[in-house]
Amino acid sequence: MGNGNTEQRRRERLDRGIKVRSDGLYALMSWRELAYLIVPRLVLIVGLLVLPLVMPGAYWQRVITIVCIYALLALSFDFLAHYLGLVCLGGAFFVGVGGYIAAMFNSSLSLPPLLTVPVATILGAVICTLLLLPCLPLRGVYFAIVTLMYPLVLARIIEALDIFGGTDGIMGVDSFANQWLEQYAVISLVLLFLFGTRRLVNVDLGLVFRAVKDNDQAVRASGMNISFYKAIAVFVASAMGCLGGACLVHIYMWAGISLFALDFSILPIAATVIGGAGTLVGPVLGCIILVPISELLREFGTLRIVFYSLILVGFVVFRSEGLMVYGERKYHQFQRWVKV
Amino acid sequence: MSEQPILEAREVTKAFGGILALNRVSFDVFPGEILGIIGPNGSGKTTLVNCITSFVKLTSGTIRFKGTDITRKPAHKIADMGITRTFQIMRPYYSLPAYKNLVIPLFSPRAKRTGGWRGGGKLGDRNTVGIDILEEIGFERDSYVPYKMASALPTGYLKRLELARCLALKPELILCDEVFSGLSMSEIASMVPLIERLQMDGITLIMIEHRLRELFRVANRVMVLNFGEKLVEGTPDEVMADKSVKEAYFGSEEVEEVMTYA
Ligand SMILES: Nc1ncnc2c1ncn2[C@@H]1O[C@H](COP(=O)(O)OP(=O)(O)OP(=O)(O)O)[C@@H](O)[C@H]1O
Ligand SMILES: [Mg+2]
Repeated sequence: MGNGNTEQRRRERLDRGIKVRSDGLYALMSWRELAYLIVPRLVLIVGLLVLPLVMPGAYWQRVITIVCIYALLALSFDFLAHYLGLVCLGGAFFVGVGGYIAAMFNSSLSLPPLLTVPVATILGAVICTLLLLPCLPLRGVYFAIVTLMYPLVLARIIEALDIFGGTDGIMGVDSFANQWLEQYAVISLVLLFLFGTRRLVNVDLGLVFRAVKDNDQAVRASGMNISFYKAIAVFVASAMGCLGGACLVHIYMWAGISLFALDFSILPIAATVIGGAGTLVGPVLGCIILVPISELLREFGTLRIVFYSLILVGFVVFRSEGLMVYGERKYHQFQRWVKV
Repeated sequence: MSEQPILEAREVTKAFGGILALNRVSFDVFPGEILGIIGPNGSGKTTLVNCITSFVKLTSGTIRFKGTDITRKPAHKIADMGITRTFQIMRPYYSLPAYKNLVIPLFSPRAKRTGGWRGGGKLGDRNTVGIDILEEIGFERDSYVPYKMASALPTGYLKRLELARCLALKPELILCDEVFSGLSMSEIASMVPLIERLQMDGITLIMIEHRLRELFRVANRVMVLNFGEKLVEGTPDEVMADKSVKEAYFGSEEVEEVMTYA
């Protein structure tokens, strides 16, 4: 490249990522490229794992746990919205179903949290998927609106029929054995589902998901039942939400209709916008930023909604692509001056 | 013809509100043949494809495939039986590279059953099978074209990709909706042998075309639609000689051209 003798400089922009991103073909060529791939993942994993250790006191440690639960919800939203084209505003629906199942199994059958959480995850996901089955043919905004209704309807039903503890909720749910177990359980789950979904969207089944988003008619013409594939994806996404709800119930030692609160539907979406939609890791990052901020603003009471909206509007207006999309691009590219 | 038709359409009627897009159209397709369907714009050709593949529901009539009534079957079941189609307005997966576009049909139940493209048995790596199919259909294997995003492909390749998606299912019947339109003469010239090879492989084709000259060269029989009704059906020569066809296409230079060319 450097054999030109004309004194002209050109700004060159290289994309380091292309080489390593092209199907991992050249990924293992040298330690530098290996490091290039591994370091960001390592930073994320180690960063999350040391977070509880550097937190000042139990209050902030608890905040980290809540961050992780929102992260599961945000992952679930991002996965459905950007890999299937299903914009699901019903995060609270998953939380509520998972939470109530865990609480009931714990209080009536006195199963320990170690059992109720997996049971609530699987059983909750089955129930959520079955209940959402009629909506799967809906597209775009219609699916969004209907899923927004689900948690509201369920909360009203519980209230009106006075089932599952009615407005009082289910009290006296066991907590996790200790706070360290609680924190590292949820952190490992977030990491597990983060890398799991990232893998999922790149295997052949995940390509079918993305194809459904891109062009569902062509998928039908290929002899595949789109509702079936949507159902699989909804199962995966609702499992993440139910898992979050089940953990939440054991953390608060209480299940009530506030599990169906709008916060669980809306905050993950805001986190996805801030972190970078479609990146999967972005929404997790968004939760790490957004949840502590909303905690800090707790003393302002309802006024914190204003701060919170301002942050969101700012992000949408100035950096609509999201932190992670921006960060990934900058990481993969670097600029340098070359003589031409 | 004593042979059992592979596809039988009887009195197929489709109304969109007040418009009769198809009015009691009946025809047979026989195994291994190429049936051309022509007709002026808006005559109902695409609607016919949509009806056969169940992308729209017929108002009345029946369609049978190899003796089985498929009229009310869902679209994915019909594709699963081996009836595939291309879309006139191409529908690739724009966010995926060309070869990954084929991973989706290769993932389908039918492809798993029929064992992919070459040979039976276990379907190997779908990526390589996809690249094989693309090569079969005219993508250069060693170039970067199969790895390009579908959104960056020119029309000629997108048309081929449409056909490739059909082939991944190992179909028995392909409905091609204007695969030649928008292509240059030389591109069509390279597509024609491809179509002929598919026929030699035993695939039955229904080809909808506006490029009459190229169609008449490959088609065994031609059916003409006009305002949703079947005008005539016959060998290319018979259709060309038919007076009503000339009237339907009155003023169309292409027909004049074909007529003088013949
Ligand atoms: N989804 C629809 N809703 C309402 N009318 C429709 C619909 N699809 C097609 N039509 C009408 O049906 C008639 C036949 O349309 P069709 O697309 O089948 O024509 P075509 O023969 O494929 O035309 P072209 O050569 O332009 O592709 C047209 O009058 C069209 O306006
Ligand atoms: Mg058409």
